[in-house]
Amino acid sequence: MKSGSNLEKILRAGHFAFTGELGPPRGADIDAVRKKAKFLVGSVDMVNITDNQTAMVRMSSWAASLIAIEEGLEPNYQMVCRDRNRLAMQGDILGASALGVRNILCLSGDHMQFGDHPYAKGVFDIDSIQLIYMVKKMRDEGKFLGGADIDTPPKLFIGGAANPFADPFEWRVYRLAKKIKAGADFIQTQCVYNMKKMREWIKQANDMGLTEKVYILAGVTPMKSLGMARYMKLKVPGMEVPDDVIKRLQGVEKKKQADEGIKMACEQIEEFKEMKGLAGVHLMAIEWEHKVPEIAERADMLPRPEV
Amino acid sequence: MIVAERKPFEEIKALVKDFNRVLTVGCGTCVAVCLAGGEKEVGILNTELTIARKVDGNPIELGGVTVERQCDMEFLDELDGMIDQYDALISLACGAGIQFLAERFPDKPVLPGVNTTFIGANRDVGWYEEKCRACGNCCLGLTGGICPVTMCAKSLFNGPCGGTNHESCEISPDQPCAWHMIYERLSKQNRLDSIIEIFPPNDWLNTTPRTIVQPAYKERKAAR
Ligand code: SF4
Ligand code: SF4
Repeated sequence: MKSGSNLEKILRAGHFAFTGELGPPRGADIDAVRKKAKFLVGSVDMVNITDNQTAMVRMSSWAASLIAIEEGLEPNYQMVCRDRNRLAMQGDILGASALGVRNILCLSGDHMQFGDHPYAKGVFDIDSIQLIYMVKKMRDEGKFLGGADIDTPPKLFIGGAANPFADPFEWRVYRLAKKIKAGADFIQTQCVYNMKKMREWIKQANDMGLTEKVYILAGVTPMKSLGMARYMKLKVPGMEVPDDVIKRLQGVEKKKQADEGIKMACEQIEEFKEMKGLAGVHLMAIEWEHKVPEIAERADMLPRPEV
Repeated sequence: MIVAERKPFEEIKALVKDFNRVLTVGCGTCVAVCLAGGEKEVGILNTELTIARKVDGNPIELGGVTVERQCDMEFLDELDGMIDQYDALISLACGAGIQFLAERFPDKPVLPGVNTTFIGANRDVGWYEEKCRACGNCCLGLTGGICPVTMCAKSLFNGPCGGTNHESCEISPDQPCAWHMIYERLSKQNRLDSIIEIFPPNDWLNTTPRTIVQPAYKERKAAR
């Protein structure tokens, strides 16, 4: 065991993992985090705690991670390269590990321009792949990036993201290989809607032997409405929403679109369970935490394994 | 070259509001090429200021001169003797030129007339693009001659990120994704090998003021 995290244990035991997501509030309300967390306990193996997601200031991801632990949820501490340099990152990594955080997700972060402080200085001292490398070096070699010894190295299961739908498609699997080489233990993908491309990407990863070296969790976000599907298609960079998804939602009356969205997500999950090279699903039910138990139930993911 | 943009007129006017005799100093090199601070722009600014101050009932006496390069002390000598008649100087040179002018005439207020914007290239007449952030550690040899520090909105060394939108950067459909371009160019040259390896964390060499003394001139510097 590299980290002893619940996710690591579940994956090593060969179970199909199911992870969730929790966005911290735009305020100091601890109950807002507790409330969201309560919906997720028992339904997922681990929950990603986002880090100033879409470049909007929110309660820090390490603080919300600690609240999640108190609520009985295992956090996946997200860390973006946008907001801190290598000194701050390493300090936060040590602190998080000391307080019981066992998973970390290393991300570049959305550009500042998308958020509520568009002219903030983007730090980007290191990038997401270099961050993965840095955490691995801290954990496995017991050394800081600068080379000095760490007396008590952090224990973290290291995650990265992959977006098979962003161009250039042919390069995406090589970038995955770079993340694995840097030290990623698990990968969570961008929300999948284009199943054809996903199958192709996983096949490439299988052919290159990458899926034997890393656990890949496919990203699933159920559509709440036709409007959301259209927004995702047009406004979210790097997101690919094929026309048949839009058409299917168009085909049902407005009241039933959310239900149809969940149905579509469950169908995807069914296919992912059988897809060679996938080790789990990462459910990003954005501002829909209360629906997670229902989705988990309908996707036949319950009960979650105890390891 | 260094690309600059003239400051908004109202800002320059506010900077000189307490002065009645001002010398506007242009620069004949980069800022002249990018149409921000050469001889012509000195004339235009002075005309605008003269009219505005007359309208305000507070006339200003302006002089104009353009030196070859403000970032070279040698060329500032020609201003000796001219400076005394003025209360303040406006410099239309880049930030380096403005600071040299201020250093050369430390008793005079020196005010910037341009915003120095970037190291860039001339795409077409009046059209400039940023190309280099002077990181001090040039990696263009590995990235197909496209700078990830400057051209990638997140200065990623191991891109492209997940935000790439077709061929554009996530920040705007009008901004090409640097890493998409790097991939395309290296792919055509059969040189993708050079980005398959992980670029290690960069040593940022541009966080302190830098000085370069060419080896042949080290002794000369020591003697000063
Ligand atoms: S890598 Fe980019 S910023 Fe650095 S010196 Fe080269 S062109 Fe300039
Ligand atoms: S989309 Fe391309 S240029 Fe923009 S931040 Fe990502 S890698 Fe950099």
